Amino acid sequence: MIWFMLREAFDAMIANRMRSFLTMLGMMIGVGAVIVMSAIGTGAQDVVEKSISSMGSNLFIVLSGSTTSGGARMGSGATPTLTLSDAEAIAELPSIGAVAPIAPGTAQVVYGANNWSTTIIGSTPSALIVRNWELESGYAFTDADVRGATRVAIVGQTIVENLFKDEDPIGKMIRIKQAPYQIVGVLTKKGQSLDGRDQDDTILVPVTTAQRKLFGSQFKGTVRLIMVQAISAEQMDETEKAMMELLHQRHRIRDNAEDDFSIRNLAAMAAAAADTAEVMSLMLGAIASISLLVGGIGIMNIMLVSVTERTREIGIRIAIGAQERDILLQFLLEALMISLIGSLIGILLGVGGALIAERFFSMSVIFTSQSILSAFGVAAMVGIFFGFYPALKAAKMVPIDALRYQ
Amino acid sequence: MSNIMIKIKNLTKSYSTFAGKVAVLRGIDLEVQSGEFLAIMGASGSGKSTLMNILGCLDAPSGGIYELNGVNVQNLNKNALASFRNHIIGFVFQGFNLLQRMTLVDNIALPLVYAGIPREQRNERANAMLIKVGLEGYGTYRPNQISGGQQQRVAIARALINHPKLILADEPTGNLDTKTSQEIMELFSELNITDGITVILVTHELDIAQYARHIIHVKDGQINFREPTKRMKEIEK
Repeated sequence: MIWFMLREAFDAMIANRMRSFLTMLGMMIGVGAVIVMSAIGTGAQDVVEKSISSMGSNLFIVLSGSTTSGGARMGSGATPTLTLSDAEAIAELPSIGAVAPIAPGTAQVVYGANNWSTTIIGSTPSALIVRNWELESGYAFTDADVRGATRVAIVGQTIVENLFKDEDPIGKMIRIKQAPYQIVGVLTKKGQSLDGRDQDDTILVPVTTAQRKLFGSQFKGTVRLIMVQAISAEQMDETEKAMMELLHQRHRIRDNAEDDFSIRNLAAMAAAAADTAEVMSLMLGAIASISLLVGGIGIMNIMLVSVTERTREIGIRIAIGAQERDILLQFLLEALMISLIGSLIGILLGVGGALIAERFFSMSVIFTSQSILSAFGVAAMVGIFFGFYPALKAAKMVPIDALRYQ
Repeated sequence: MSNIMIKIKNLTKSYSTFAGKVAVLRGIDLEVQSGEFLAIMGASGSGKSTLMNILGCLDAPSGGIYELNGVNVQNLNKNALASFRNHIIGFVFQGFNLLQRMTLVDNIALPLVYAGIPREQRNERANAMLIKVGLEGYGTYRPNQISGGQQQRVAIARALINHPKLILADEPTGNLDTKTSQEIMELFSELNITDGITVILVTHELDIAQYARHIIHVKDGQINFREPTKRMKEIEK
């Protein structure tokens, strides 16, 4: 029965080729516009996200918060409350890309006749990932070095310039606070930070080494801050919530008590930019959807004409035993067929159009199966929605009036 | 089951117009035996078409009782009526009312589509019916490729396809010439006599009505009188 009806719908469509085509054209343009617009929107979004993530995105910095000591509130970070094990626990959370505990300090560094005062950062190999920093030569110290608190160091370019001149620093021993450290790796040049600090004037050592051997602290095992990188920008909120919960638990902070840590979301700016891109993408989609709506109205219009034209046919069908749902289904199928074929062609047009935009206007376009499927789905819904009223009108016809219709 | 096909008691039909209520049928009593061939005659506006529509379950009466095949039709809902038209009644119209887009086989098989019969069976039965009405080999033609008489044969085949108990023919020869009309009426007669199908025919031509067994004359929404046809008289002799 359904096959028969499909064939009938197809025959009816063919019988009015031009009219069917023009009706389809509305759907083609609508669906095509949605596909092109969403491909361009998603492409723009992607460009924005990529440029943000190259700066080292999806970052959180977890800082020791303020504590209250004898009624006097200490400033943020005054008392270190974060520990290495906090960092390890955070790393266990899902949606975490990398975690780097940071225990910094300043020390005098000596190599041969040269000496230099610099920032020593105690961290883990993850620090390189989190800060998006690569090695120019050598290798990074490993987790084993962190466990063993070995005396190894990775040096920045400024250190190389000031201590080694033209020598290759790999394998050389430097002295930091009198103790010897072997240089295992050299960082690539990163230049100034946004606030003008020389980022290359730094030495990376295992965090445990920094804690136990370099900067003895009255708070054992603590770190100044923890840098956390989420897997993706979408998971930032989720990650922040999870970290919040975890640290509440680990630090035994009651619900109404003040946190002894704070989490800063460095991705806020990134998120704002991504939001802008997303809003643009949505706007483009919304504008394109209007043409889909217009296409739907076109279907309704033509189906109403078709139902009126075929009043007599409907009367005959009802007289020989068609039930309301048979007639309803028949006209609904016709509307659906027009909208689906139209949207299929529209998808092809849209993909083609977007590819042309990419090639000739060097726009970045990205097709998502989601956008194509939803355009198709919406088209089907448009067909059903706008086809329903004419189909119902047909199904509700009074047979004697319909039969008498000339 | 009784052999009464149609039982009508005090059937009325009136329409409300802006000028007030217009009574079209004013108390019709009618009983039609199974196997009857009845011609309904009457002038235009006499109510014979309205009566036909009610008989065909296409229109609902305003009052009275209409039992078809032992079922009180007023108690049926829209879908049940559609099913009734599909299974019990076959329609033949003055204007043939074939669907132009479809082949003759598809036209004939259309009631079977709505009866939910599978495709192979539909085609098989439609082809058999095409042979029965003398149009073997015309299956893939379309209505506009054949003559009016042939179209009416196809319409009759469509009416017969679902083995109806009752054929309702509304001026089936109105658009046909005399010779073709006679052929069509012979076909009805044969269906009535050989297959025992009850036939009710509306016509205003007396010689067409003579193919029936009985004639009723409708006037001003009432049955004026009922008489056997010459043919019936001959059979009775």
